[in-house]
Amino acid sequence: MEILILLIPLSVVLAFLIGAGFVWSVKSGQFDDLEGPAHRILTDDDGIHHD
Amino acid sequence: MSHATGVSATFNYNVVRQFSLATVLWGIVGMLVGVIIAAQLLWPELNLGVPWLSYGRLRPLHTNAVIFAFGGCALFATSYYCVQRTCQVRLFSDALASFTFWGWQAVIVLAAVTLPLGYTSGKEYAELEWPIDLLIAVVWVAYAVVFFGTIFKRKTPHIYVANWFFGAFILTVALLHIVNSAEVPVSFWPMKSYSAYAGVQDAMVQWWYGHNAVGFFLTAGFLGIMYYFVPKQAGRPIYSYRLSVVHFWALIFTYMWAGPHHLHYTALPDWTQSLGMLFSLILLAPSWGGMINGMMTLSGAWHKLRDDPILKFLIVSLSFYGMSTFEGPMMSIKTVNALSHYTDWTIGHVHSGALGWVAFISIGAIYYLIPRMFGKVAMHSIKLITLHFWIATIGVVLYITSMWIAGVMQGLMWRAVNPDGTLTYAFVEGVKATYPFYAIRLLGGTLFLAGMLIMAYNTVRTMAGAKPVEAAIPAAAPHLEPEPLAAAA
Repeated sequence: MEILILLIPLSVVLAFLIGAGFVWSVKSGQFDDLEGPAHRILTDDDGIHHD
Repeated sequence: MSHATGVSATFNYNVVRQFSLATVLWGIVGMLVGVIIAAQLLWPELNLGVPWLSYGRLRPLHTNAVIFAFGGCALFATSYYCVQRTCQVRLFSDALASFTFWGWQAVIVLAAVTLPLGYTSGKEYAELEWPIDLLIAVVWVAYAVVFFGTIFKRKTPHIYVANWFFGAFILTVALLHIVNSAEVPVSFWPMKSYSAYAGVQDAMVQWWYGHNAVGFFLTAGFLGIMYYFVPKQAGRPIYSYRLSVVHFWALIFTYMWAGPHHLHYTALPDWTQSLGMLFSLILLAPSWGGMINGMMTLSGAWHKLRDDPILKFLIVSLSFYGMSTFEGPMMSIKTVNALSHYTDWTIGHVHSGALGWVAFISIGAIYYLIPRMFGKVAMHSIKLITLHFWIATIGVVLYITSMWIAGVMQGLMWRAVNPDGTLTYAFVEGVKATYPFYAIRLLGGTLFLAGMLIMAYNTVRTMAGAKPVEAAIPAAAPHLEPEPLAAAA
């Protein structure tokens, strides 16, 4: 099962990369406001309105 | 609506429109091939003695067409729409976006030609031969550049959660495709290559790819659709934004490890199988977190389901998602798998996910997009959407229940042993007993296909006499100020 020597480190490296992405996103303030973003997509009016 | 001051002040709706229409077209083609092979299982003579129409060649054509042509086009359309609307900018590059459309269509057409001709690498869900694999890689990198380029030039500080799901899907599929398709070309024509891996190693890579294709192509990508289109169609914010963030990180951390459950009781080492089973069971938690989050978005407004068939599609897709993400971990338990593996139960499970979840959420999102792409307030006929919904729902239920019964029956017949140690049933007796269920499955699939034809008719009628929309990007909106909401939190 030599393939696990490739796949397990690959998955671990990926987990660390995801972890780094998570740390970056927390530090850059992506999750400071966990209410507003949910409402903001609704205020973007993308409907078609005929006058 | 604010006025447009030039090309850069509008969204790129053109590529969204193209992918939306392609979704409907390839949905019909892919499901038609599915209906044909379902009929072939009932009436084997239907291959007409022509090698190009034999089951073994049409089956990969069906899976590639529904997953990568129908599902893929739906993901391109919705992710391009969502990323533009939530970032309030036009796509990073019109030329590259257009290249992803025509490149992806070229991949689909090449698949539709080469698979019936018998060119296959033999890897499930990755059957296409090496020159097409290279084209897929190039198109996918262009997709990543367009998507992340748009994220980078966004005008909103926050990256909406749906974009996280789309982003994870794009990056992971690139990695999966490149690792699993590593192969040594032998000749260009006839196209032939050999996998870079051999034996059980190849099987492990294949199912590391295969299960993560389910996890990131068929789950993370479509959850991106869910997190944008369910709140938009319901006109309500997602039930818990906090849960959506937790859901995202939990899902992408755990999915990567579940693949070995496809190789229970094979030459794969036992501990690897058990590890795959363990992570598959853990996956139930983030999966249901997402389902609950989507469904509860309607909490307090359930009446909206009564007369909005688009919302029906979206919410019912979540119930199928919940059902199949419960069923999946159960089937990954080794003792259950001993019964279910290689039977039609697996086919039932796959279709509860593929028809119930993936197709339903795509159909709902495309119904949302089509009128907006053609300057219409709504689809031509809401009644036809309702009809589509019920026909499709009955189709899925017939499909999966017949396959459940057939699968459990097959599993029990195969393992039945007489007191003297001989097998109770010959294999062909199991096949014979499955016949009625193949007929019910064919009926279910035909109903689902009929629903898609209704959708195509409704789409054409909606497009009739309509001009393609060039939507202006709204001027910087005052609602971007987070002040009052931050105080509330």
